[in-house]
Amino acid sequence: MEYFLQQLINGLSLGAIYGLIAIGYTMVYGIIGMINFAHGEVYMIGAFVSMITFLVLTMLGGIWLPAALLIALIMAMVFTCIWGWTVERLAYRPLRGSFRLAPLISAIGMSIFLQNLVQVLQGARVKPMQPLISGGFELMEHDGFTVTLSYLQIFIIILTIVLMTVFTLIINKTSLGRAQRATEQDRTMAALIGVNVDRTISTTFVMGAALAAVAGLMVTLYYGVIDFYIGFLAGMKAFTAAVLGGIGSLPGAMLGGLLIGLIEAFWSGYFTIEYKDVAVFSILVLVLVFRPTGLLGKPEIEKV
Amino acid sequence: MTLLDVEHLTMRFGGLVAIDDLSFAAAEKEVTAIIGPNGAGKTTVFNCLTGFYKPTVGRVTLNHPTGPMYLERMEGFRIPQKGGVARTFQNIRLFSQMTVLENLIVAQHNVLMKASGMSIGGLLGLPSYRNAEKEAVELAKYWLDKVNLTDRADWDAGNLPYGAQRRLEIARAMCIEPILLCLDEPAAGLNPRESAQLNELLLNIRDKHNIGILLIEHDMSVVMGISDHIVVLDYGRKISDGTPEHVRNDPVVIRAYLGEEEDEELPPEVAQDFPESVQKGKGA
Repeated sequence: MEYFLQQLINGLSLGAIYGLIAIGYTMVYGIIGMINFAHGEVYMIGAFVSMITFLVLTMLGGIWLPAALLIALIMAMVFTCIWGWTVERLAYRPLRGSFRLAPLISAIGMSIFLQNLVQVLQGARVKPMQPLISGGFELMEHDGFTVTLSYLQIFIIILTIVLMTVFTLIINKTSLGRAQRATEQDRTMAALIGVNVDRTISTTFVMGAALAAVAGLMVTLYYGVIDFYIGFLAGMKAFTAAVLGGIGSLPGAMLGGLLIGLIEAFWSGYFTIEYKDVAVFSILVLVLVFRPTGLLGKPEIEKV
Repeated sequence: MTLLDVEHLTMRFGGLVAIDDLSFAAAEKEVTAIIGPNGAGKTTVFNCLTGFYKPTVGRVTLNHPTGPMYLERMEGFRIPQKGGVARTFQNIRLFSQMTVLENLIVAQHNVLMKASGMSIGGLLGLPSYRNAEKEAVELAKYWLDKVNLTDRADWDAGNLPYGAQRRLEIARAMCIEPILLCLDEPAAGLNPRESAQLNELLLNIRDKHNIGILLIEHDMSVVMGISDHIVVLDYGRKISDGTPEHVRNDPVVIRAYLGEEEDEELPPEVAQDFPESVQKGKGA
């Protein structure tokens, strides 16, 4: 029971990270119907920028922790937003109106490019960092096993809830959100009521990138080690989460992320840790075979 | 006053000439109808006006209150945004997964976007944005009332019956507060009663809102009922231009619609079955 509870906590915090990345996939898919395979790399860049910021701040002398977190968060978001925007501008926008596979191939190319760029700039070695936030609550103890909810996990879960709320508000209540939904449903018609479609699509990329940056910051703090290759696996898992939740659906992405996090945590806890990725990607296969629309996705209705 | 001036508009797709040196003008506070047989190039004209196609040759001038604008040079989304040209389609293109009200509010995107400072103000709930949103809802309600959809404001647009979707499309186009409204077959699929209501709505729009209406339509009860001015196209060329009365009696138009007579006279064994007047009438 205690063990179960601990894995549940771990799974939820991990799932929150996947969920944040998954939102980027799902939003971009929603608006232009392509899978942005470079999204995992944007998350990786977010992780690197936040780690570099932390190191610089530590070097300049100690700084109050919440302030350091905020600065790192802002830095990571700004950098990834610029990346997200540039990638869209250079690699996807020129291909709009081309055949469906073209931007997908371009995305894979972008992904490889970004990985290699970071590898060249930062080196291929794994980068470790001192844990910044340590300690936590001891929830219960039984037979020498303690269930802990660390401060970091609380930070991750609360920040995720806040961001989810803000994003849901943006999509549902603001005119930008309405423009995004309009563009998603009918791009031509959106332009005809005066929506700047290109800019709306760029904004969507930027928003997704900002969330990926937050996830990157979280993973830097959570695991303390990053390398240029983390974006690939995390990106694939977040993609799985988006598909599981129903691609195109924002709450679906979060739900999918949490489920993937839980599956991974429980599998590592009760079975073998080596096969946790196998478990996750088996879910992808099963969902695609038995419920291609995902848990919360709407089936596509084709009108004749 | 002339609202829209189309001069020497030509649109070629490879070897196909869809529009051939077309010039016409549309005045404000008037309904200008573009009619013609299928494939005459009517929708292509609309596509050139609303930025879908860049015309091969020609100039499209919109006499906007802020000064003349050349629509053929403007980026697509700026034509409704800056120029105030709204358009509906032959096949309905509502945002079917949004509510009826939202469809009308999203059409006021630019006003709201400006008021909210790229949505940041909207997120923070600033008063300037709240007021703008309140006004947007007011305008939406006004048009809902006009098209009799007030009691269905919260429906998903895709669930409305066909006739109501047509009306909502016009309401949405009006919510961008256009100075020129381009309607592509608004009466298609409507029953006679609905067509009559449409006529009334369009005349009301023309008179109360002082805008120009450009209309593509096959339903002659609509065209003849409300047009002030008719332009007839055939094979991309203008074959007639004038008042409904003029166009209705123009032999060129009748020929285009009914086809050319091959024999001037009917064979005698057929002719004896018809009175003299019918035989003459056919040629006219």
